[in-house]
Amino acid sequence: MAQHSRLAARRTRTAWFFLLPSLLVLLVVAAYPLWRTFQLSFYQVSILQFPLQPEWVGLENYRYLLADSYWWISLRNTAVFTVVSVAFETVLGLGIALVVNANFTGRGLMRTAMLVPWAIPTVVSAQMWRWMYNDVYGVVNDLLMRAHLIAQPLAWLSDPQLALPGIIAVDVWKTTPFMALLLLAGLQSIPRELYEASTVDGASPWQQFWRITLPLLKPALLVALIFRTLDALRVFDVIYVMTGTNPTTMSMSVYARQQLVDFGALGYGSAVSMGIFLIIALFAAAYLVSLRVELD
Amino acid sequence: MRLRHRIGRVLFYLLLAVILVYLIFPFYWAVVSSLKSPQELFATPVLYWPEHPRWQNYVDVFTQQPFGRNLLNSTIVAGLTTLLSLFVGSTAAYALGRFRFLGKHTVFYAILSVSMFPQISVLGGMFVLIRSLGLYNTWWALILAYMIFTLPFTIWVLTSFIREIPRELEEAAYVDGASPMQVLRIVLLPLMAPGLVTAGLLAFIQAWNEFLFALTFTIDNSARTVPVAIALFSGASQYELPWAQIMAASVIVTVPLIVLVLVFQQRLVSGLTAGAVKG
Repeated sequence: MAQHSRLAARRTRTAWFFLLPSLLVLLVVAAYPLWRTFQLSFYQVSILQFPLQPEWVGLENYRYLLADSYWWISLRNTAVFTVVSVAFETVLGLGIALVVNANFTGRGLMRTAMLVPWAIPTVVSAQMWRWMYNDVYGVVNDLLMRAHLIAQPLAWLSDPQLALPGIIAVDVWKTTPFMALLLLAGLQSIPRELYEASTVDGASPWQQFWRITLPLLKPALLVALIFRTLDALRVFDVIYVMTGTNPTTMSMSVYARQQLVDFGALGYGSAVSMGIFLIIALFAAAYLVSLRVELD
Repeated sequence: MRLRHRIGRVLFYLLLAVILVYLIFPFYWAVVSSLKSPQELFATPVLYWPEHPRWQNYVDVFTQQPFGRNLLNSTIVAGLTTLLSLFVGSTAAYALGRFRFLGKHTVFYAILSVSMFPQISVLGGMFVLIRSLGLYNTWWALILAYMIFTLPFTIWVLTSFIREIPRELEEAAYVDGASPMQVLRIVLLPLMAPGLVTAGLLAFIQAWNEFLFALTFTIDNSARTVPVAIALFSGASQYELPWAQIMAASVIVTVPLIVLVLVFQQRLVSGLTAGAVKG
């Protein structure tokens, strides 16, 4: 017994020894920068002067944040972006997953094609779409005019009414196939027998979808939703490349970086970053709690 | 009945074709645009196929832009990030996948939560860290910063791989008196090869595509990576973007990724879904 526990103690020591390098790296690249950002958010300090010359301002940055209309605009843009893009991605992704889940020749080709938008760097896909959206030479206007859906070319990215929807469409294009792949894996784990048995009992495909597919897909769907929402809340690349720091489309992350780097306000920018961190942490915690309830 | 079946089949393939066109068209458009001359590029109405396809834009990307340098930077940064993540992460994954010890779950969730961090929330602190280490505008700044997302992800994918490897071989090696390090190196690593390839590939793609850190921690082309270069490409005048060159550069960086995806399709999907489901 004593030997057994000594063995266990040695195993524990070995485990921690193996974990040590990773924990040290994460301490340096994650914990320390996060702590430093938190600290800086209580100072007024310029990013341009090294060594830093911080001036303690207490909660002043946070007080300013709550009254900052640009912060609230960026929060609203991010919320719209997240809700609309995740909703479209889920519904379209589920549709595509159901189609590809059927048996047909060329399924391998289809699955590969689904990975293409995912593999393209976000910056590259943003530039591709920016060119497609070009108001004079863009193919989007040309196609829509040929289809008689619009009479005049539209200025997709400079019209404040169209810019955010245009950006959301790019995100939907890039992420829907990924969502579909995650859901496809979920669909393939549903036993075929359930469908066969219910067909014998006279269930229509519609009933099968609502009574079998959707309930059994729920765990996969939930996980996919969590990942996409957390991802969408921190959106930066696609918005920065397509419309820069324009307030009509600016996301929280774009605003924080503008403060930190473009305006050099390391203190206030850090406060904005902490605001984003708090919002995303709340979402992550809420999701994890609901997931645990779901799994129990 | 047979007619109905056939109509259903045709509609089904039509739907597939629509999905396929939707997924592929933007990439097709980038290829077509990259092969056009300026006259064709700025023709109205739009030309759906270049009448005189030419490679000049691909040449220009390397002669008029420092794109070769950007490619080199990206390759080195993404390559070293991947190797470091695999090297450091594999021992951690071994500990988490095989050992039972107090605090294991806490460590696992702590590592997982790092991968959920929004990058922007560490940007200020990371900038200060990089400046004080004297790494600003170097490859090492990006390699260091990228570990924040590649390392947790690598640990997570590798842990789920190790759990699926049968224990018998390791136990036999322990009985023969091997140390845990030897077991990992000699017995487990060869068996983990598919997991290492999957995790490495995903880490490489993430590092290759990263934009926010690369944009913030580099100032010129000595360390600037491909995504930043493509975002900041400028032409002769401030108002005239060199679209054909941007599209050519886009195609150049996307083709290797598509080839990787084609070759490793099955593994990528299983790695991604394993990661997502276990999260």
